[in-house]
Amino acid sequence: MIIDFFKTQIKGLIRLRRGPWEMLASILIALGVVMLMQPFALVAYTYSFFVLLVGTVMFIVVSHFPE
Amino acid sequence: MSGTVMERAANATPPKLARQIKGLSDKTIAWIFVAPTIFLLLAVNIFPLIWTIRLSFTNFRVNRANLETKFVGLRNYERILTDSDIWLTMQATAHFLFWTLFFQVLIGFALAWLINRKFKGNDLWTTIIVLPMMLSPAVVGNFWTFLYQPQIGLFNYAIAFLTGADPSSFSMIGEVSLAPWSIVIVDTWMWTPFVMLICLAGLRSIPDSIYEAAECDRASKWRQFWTITVPMVLPFLMLAVLFRGIENFKMFDLVVQLTGGGPGSTTELTSINLKREAFEKWRTGYASAYAIILFVTVFGLASIYVKALNKVKER
Repeated sequence: MIIDFFKTQIKGLIRLRRGPWEMLASILIALGVVMLMQPFALVAYTYSFFVLLVGTVMFIVVSHFPE
Repeated sequence: MSGTVMERAANATPPKLARQIKGLSDKTIAWIFVAPTIFLLLAVNIFPLIWTIRLSFTNFRVNRANLETKFVGLRNYERILTDSDIWLTMQATAHFLFWTLFFQVLIGFALAWLINRKFKGNDLWTTIIVLPMMLSPAVVGNFWTFLYQPQIGLFNYAIAFLTGADPSSFSMIGEVSLAPWSIVIVDTWMWTPFVMLICLAGLRSIPDSIYEAAECDRASKWRQFWTITVPMVLPFLMLAVLFRGIENFKMFDLVVQLTGGGPGSTTELTSINLKREAFEKWRTGYASAYAIILFVTVFGLASIYVKALNKVKER
């Protein structure tokens, strides 16, 4: 079942469909926020903005993709 | 005065102007009406944003505006993202944000659930609970500093009464370990009623017929709560979290009045730190880069949150 889910998502990514790309962008944004505010590694904080920016720009772009 | 308002307006329009308007398409007229708002939006929101992005790549200092402004590339961003002090303010903000949202949602929903039950004095209790929200954050910050006083503060005496500890043995706003919790308590006290009101609107929008149908199906109260109440209030709750999350991310006045960011910098949230960089150290370019980082963070979070909210609404 999990494998089927990933297969569908990868197909959607290849065909430039909104759902899977939005999910990828959301994961990047969430990861960026966690990296920005975590108290464990300064290096993660350093690269957090890059991850966050890529995720946010990706989210804006892919929200115009077809369903 | 005869005829409709439209007829009177048409009659009052000078003939020359009327001839000019008759030649315009509906689309052009619509644009004429919308143009002032768009212009205002561009001037007040979009232009400052673009200008801030531009400044974030320079060493501009607003208190030395006559000095030559140099393009420094990504240096401001690099300095912010390798500064361990700013990293600490991010952690303080995360602590504040997480715990205030957690307590406000928990207590706000519980209060709404209780208030939604019909009992005598229901309206009076709603008014009393909502009172803290109506106060100014500066006033709230000021009087909570008195409540937190180790010698005379009511809060310390209440804790002493409950735990048996000496009231002057601890200082909520003076101790490094307690100060972050002191701002969480005050913000929760002030803004839980807001979450409660939104939850109450959600609870009152659930038709009684759904509960009656569940009763007919012999669903227990516990089951009704998790399968009817929670899913139907969830969009409202998520909206409350969105509002409070954005508001708390830029929390300033309450914390400045209460702790001033201290002791040390344990309660220095990003907005307070940003204000210090911009208007005390006057590092405008650096502060602009800082503001852009915060903007992207809130924008990114709000984007995925609104997407999640729409999904919940569609269900």
